[in-house]
Amino acid sequence: MSTILETRGLTRTFGAVVAAKDLNVRIDHGEIVGVIGSNGAGKTTFINMVTGYLPPSGGDILFDGRSVLGLAPREITRRGMARSFQVAQLFPQLTVIENALIALVAAEGPRPSFLHPLDTPQRRAYAEQILEDFGVARYRDAIVSTVPQGARKLIDIAMALVSEPRMLLLDEPTSGVSVDEKHPLMDTVMEVVRKYGVTVLFVEHDMEIVARYVTRIMAFYSGEIIADGPPRSVLGDAKVQELVIGHHIDLELLGEAA
Amino acid sequence: MTFQDRFKSTESALVATAVLLAAGAFVMPAWLSFLLTLAFAKALVVLGVVIQMRAGLVSFGQALFFCIGGYGVGLGAQALGISDAFLLLALGTLAAVLLALICGFLLTRYREIFFAMLTLALSMILYGVLVKSSALGSTDGFNVAPPSFLGWEPEGETRKQAVYLLTVAIAAATAVGFHRYLESGLGRVMEAIRENEIRVDYLGLSPRWLLFANYVFAAAISALGGGLTAIASGHIDPDMAFWTTSGEFVFIAILGGTGHVAAPFIGAIVFSVIRTFAIQEAPHYWQMALGIVLLGLILFLPKGLWSLIARRKLQVAK
Amino acid sequence: MTNLLAILFDGAIYASWLFLVAAGLTIIYGVMRVLNMAHGSFYAIGAYSAASLVGWYFSGQTGNPYWSYLLLLGSALVAGTLVGVAIERGLLRFLHGKDEILMVIVTYALLLILEDVTKLVWGVDPYFANQPYRLLGQTEVGAVLRFATYDLALIVVTVAIGLTAWFVLNRTNKGRLLRAVIHDREIAVAMGVNVDAMFTVTFAIGSVLGALAGALTAPAISVTPGIGVEVIVLAFAVVVVGGLGSIGGAAAGAVLVGLARSVAVHMAPEMELFVIYGVMFLVLAFRPQGLFGQTLVRRI
Repeated sequence: MSTILETRGLTRTFGAVVAAKDLNVRIDHGEIVGVIGSNGAGKTTFINMVTGYLPPSGGDILFDGRSVLGLAPREITRRGMARSFQVAQLFPQLTVIENALIALVAAEGPRPSFLHPLDTPQRRAYAEQILEDFGVARYRDAIVSTVPQGARKLIDIAMALVSEPRMLLLDEPTSGVSVDEKHPLMDTVMEVVRKYGVTVLFVEHDMEIVARYVTRIMAFYSGEIIADGPPRSVLGDAKVQELVIGHHIDLELLGEAA
Repeated sequence: MTFQDRFKSTESALVATAVLLAAGAFVMPAWLSFLLTLAFAKALVVLGVVIQMRAGLVSFGQALFFCIGGYGVGLGAQALGISDAFLLLALGTLAAVLLALICGFLLTRYREIFFAMLTLALSMILYGVLVKSSALGSTDGFNVAPPSFLGWEPEGETRKQAVYLLTVAIAAATAVGFHRYLESGLGRVMEAIRENEIRVDYLGLSPRWLLFANYVFAAAISALGGGLTAIASGHIDPDMAFWTTSGEFVFIAILGGTGHVAAPFIGAIVFSVIRTFAIQEAPHYWQMALGIVLLGLILFLPKGLWSLIARRKLQVAK
Repeated sequence: MTNLLAILFDGAIYASWLFLVAAGLTIIYGVMRVLNMAHGSFYAIGAYSAASLVGWYFSGQTGNPYWSYLLLLGSALVAGTLVGVAIERGLLRFLHGKDEILMVIVTYALLLILEDVTKLVWGVDPYFANQPYRLLGQTEVGAVLRFATYDLALIVVTVAIGLTAWFVLNRTNKGRLLRAVIHDREIAVAMGVNVDAMFTVTFAIGSVLGALAGALTAPAISVTPGIGVEVIVLAFAVVVVGGLGSIGGAAAGAVLVGLARSVAVHMAPEMELFVIYGVMFLVLAFRPQGLFGQTLVRRI
């Protein structure tokens, strides 16, 4: 397997606070990596740096072996790395299908087709297919701000997938979603992700969800990675249980995935 | 009705309206065609404000390009001796585009009130320069010689009709073109920028360069409106760049609404008609009336007059 | 040398005038996030009230002429408070928390209305009330320069107002509360600060300052319709240069713009207006948040 994303000594400080300290991460094609850690452990800072929203104070980021340091989010998206957001970042006053259509036209990039009407039959068919994939087709013509939170999170991820990325970073895909909805949401997402064959890194607080879907876990604590490996060994790690999870967990209860 | 049907019917409606208005040139009284000429010219400037509003930016200095367009025509006629209306308009528009390429580079870094204040400052710089330029007539400005049209030099009433027809033709062409722009991928992405710039960036597009393009388009049509105003009224002065002129354009943009390409035209006509009568009847209450209407619009009709029409259409559809 | 001194003095006079005009604008923005276009109208209303009151006082030919200075201050205080409270209670309080750019348009509507209200109350003919200006005579600076004493006194008054504002904000409890609101409105509300009352008081203070600027300027000019419209864009330039919402910034912006204009007036008079906005543009090109402003990064 070859490496898709690598960080070398990635560091970020906010004044006296060290939000990320010498992070050396290597993720291979096809991996599904879960990131755990309490609030303020540096998980979102990591995603923000890797996707170009936040400039690191030091270190390097390589995507497909090429440095993406100093590139804007749009350039990193174009290279094939997309992300979703803790709070869904959508176009709230537009309809769901319009959101998808705009993601589509953006993925096509600035070219003559940019000047054609947004709403062509071809684009519409494709956009409807994506909404179908994510199970949000019934909200097609609703204004985004009126759509339930869970659906909004799904649309957020769908918009990231429209550019057909090779790697997808999901920032707390189930946060703000009711307990009952969490599993169906993740099932939908993982199914689509497998369909497209995308490498995934996702941040999640719910250990059960993490254990169920990932092949590997990275545990963040106070800007550092204190454990990295297969779910069973990371979740069983005493330091992780003390600092990240806050209590002892019975690995058997997590089910087969762990 | 599918999107494609609606798109085509809007275009036919725009063209049909233009043909009717053009035919009207031979029956309507001179004061009305003059009023409409100025209103359409103004509507082009307002369209420039509207396309920026759709992208989330309020320009409080669109008068900058209105004035550049006007002075481009005036100076082209006076200093360069050009008399052809098309050439003069092209000159003014070109000057505005060049200026917009420079200003836009700086301005597209700003949003919200900063954008509003900076556009205002830019137009006031031009105002300050013009007021102090005695060669350009200082505060009085100067008169613009009547133009020719591709070699044709009409006189008197015929000339006024020609200017009116030219304005209707340009306004119609611009309206159709900008209707396409607003519905295009590019035009709709502008709305997306207003809604959530970060997401647009993460979708792979540069909000800044898109806003830049939008700003330059806006400058071009506003200059065209300024040029037509100069030709129609035969006079230009620095007040064209004063910030209250920009305020008037913002007012009309809000009056008409930003929902449709026809809205600025309707807004401009309503504005011009009301002003014509208000200035005769109650010159000292005119601004107060404007202010009260503006407050009323913001509080009760935030999508402008167009939303009244759009709402009625929806009801008919049911 | 003489020239330099003249530039400095003219610059200081102009800067203090600019600060007077801009202080109210920046305070209102700092606390309420309302960039108040109608501030120019407060200036005009202050100028008209002062001019008409002083004019009436001197037409009576009785009493000590020096009382007229109290009339200037009093008229600004009364007119500014009345107009400010009426507008805040009658309109703005229903719009708290709206988009900043929407508030620009709302206050633009207010400006349009107040412009005609001033015409309605005071008519369209100019008012002259320059007795207080002439009363103080002229002062020699160096051997060759002469300035109107009134203008020099204006510098002193402005510095006093600036220091008072600084003292109130930094050394009194009410001021600290105000700064808490400026710093983080949500936390201030959570701590039990009555933001509604604070907004009304702030708006009244801002409008009194605007009216005061007009009242103190009135003796030096002829008060005519449209003065407010001209003033407001200058005030904008000053606060944007200094950093929106910062009193210290307004002072720095006023000094910078005042000196730049003074240099232009003495060296290249045709550049006068150009220079003011040129300074604004230069500052913003390199420091978009203004000299004393803070940048905000959106969290995602």
